[in-house]
Amino acid sequence: MSGSNMWEAVSGIVRRDLLLAMRRRSDAAMSVFFLVIVVSLFPLGVGPEPAVLRIIGPGVLWVAALLACLLSLGRVFTADYLDGVLEQMVLIPQPLAILVVGKILAHWLISGLPVVLLSPLLGLQFGLSGEPLGVLVMSLLLGTPTLSMIGAIGAALVLGVRGSGLLVALLVLPLYVPILIFGAGAVTSSMAGIGGEANLSLLGACLVLSLFLAPWATAAALRIALE
Amino acid sequence: MLQAVALHCSRGERRLFTDLNVKVERGSLLAVVGENGSGKTSLLRIFSSLLPPEQGSVLWEGQDIQQLKELYSAELTYIGHLNAIKDDLTPLENLMSAMSLTGESCSHNGAKEALEAIGLKRPIHHLPSKVLSQGQKRRVALARLWLSTRPLWLLDEPFTSLDTAATGVVTQRLHTHLQRGGLAVVVTHQEVALPAETIQRLRLTG
Repeated sequence: MSGSNMWEAVSGIVRRDLLLAMRRRSDAAMSVFFLVIVVSLFPLGVGPEPAVLRIIGPGVLWVAALLACLLSLGRVFTADYLDGVLEQMVLIPQPLAILVVGKILAHWLISGLPVVLLSPLLGLQFGLSGEPLGVLVMSLLLGTPTLSMIGAIGAALVLGVRGSGLLVALLVLPLYVPILIFGAGAVTSSMAGIGGEANLSLLGACLVLSLFLAPWATAAALRIALE
Repeated sequence: MLQAVALHCSRGERRLFTDLNVKVERGSLLAVVGENGSGKTSLLRIFSSLLPPEQGSVLWEGQDIQQLKELYSAELTYIGHLNAIKDDLTPLENLMSAMSLTGESCSHNGAKEALEAIGLKRPIHHLPSKVLSQGQKRRVALARLWLSTRPLWLLDEPFTSLDTAATGVVTQRLHTHLQRGGLAVVVTHQEVALPAETIQRLRLTG
């Protein structure tokens, strides 16, 4: 099999998923709205004290981004599983893991990238500015693809199980903890003036590691789900 | 040539078939018949490599399909009892994305011709598939057969919810496929109206 065929399969699946998201904009917009609403509720609940908001800001933004990702995980494979497209995906003449990369990329473009793009605005709400704000965007840019990849493993494992929404949260949230710690930690340490580079490189390492492992694990889980 | 050697299959506690041996030559069609729940779909899924056989093996041109993997996938077109159609996409988009997924990309015009061949007229090509009837959706799924260049076709109940005209057209397409040296395994309740010498029947008793 040639490289161009593989590229065709990946770009084909990304284009199809983006097209589907365009046809169902409300679904795609849901996780972004969720993020904005959750993040906006905190200043209302905690009070408008700038010093307090600045301290909780990074943590709140990261937890909200993580939950928004979790909310959209159910859509990654379920529809394809129910309408039979997943069977066709397993039977393509390319390694399934390659196609899974395409599915994850599409998921990130639909639900992860908007979070990254909105984050400077949301960060301003919490009094973040200057370097910490830049580090926040950077940490989300490195962290959200990892969330999509780990999430895809969970989503594939619970395919066809009743009450899968809750189950995927139980499976995936513990694995999200390191990403949350490094992500929020990067912003906090940048605010403390010691720079966020250490945490950002750890996030980068997580990204590379999950890019290496997650597609294979997801592909294996999908095959089991179809047996 | 597709060959099943001493296949065993059970789902849960139930034993569906044991020691099943069958051989399908090029140019012939294997019609799998049997009662509901007798393991017809399971057999087709084993043939497609979606379901690994419990015991025994499936050979394609003499080689085990478990070892051939993607090479075997490049030889087959599988249409399951699910249509693999996205409700939000039009028939044309569905067909083209299905073909690009299997690595047999087709042109816009090629896809249109395939849809017309199975009796879906032009205005329907651009409607969202969710407004189509069951029979029309089935036709969209089966339109892949007009674009497929693969030698092995695995079809699960292809004639479900098709009208007589469409059934005839699909049967004709199967006939052409067999004449070109292709082979097919078809799970069906209906008689397939093909010359008797090209059809081989396998009855599963469950």
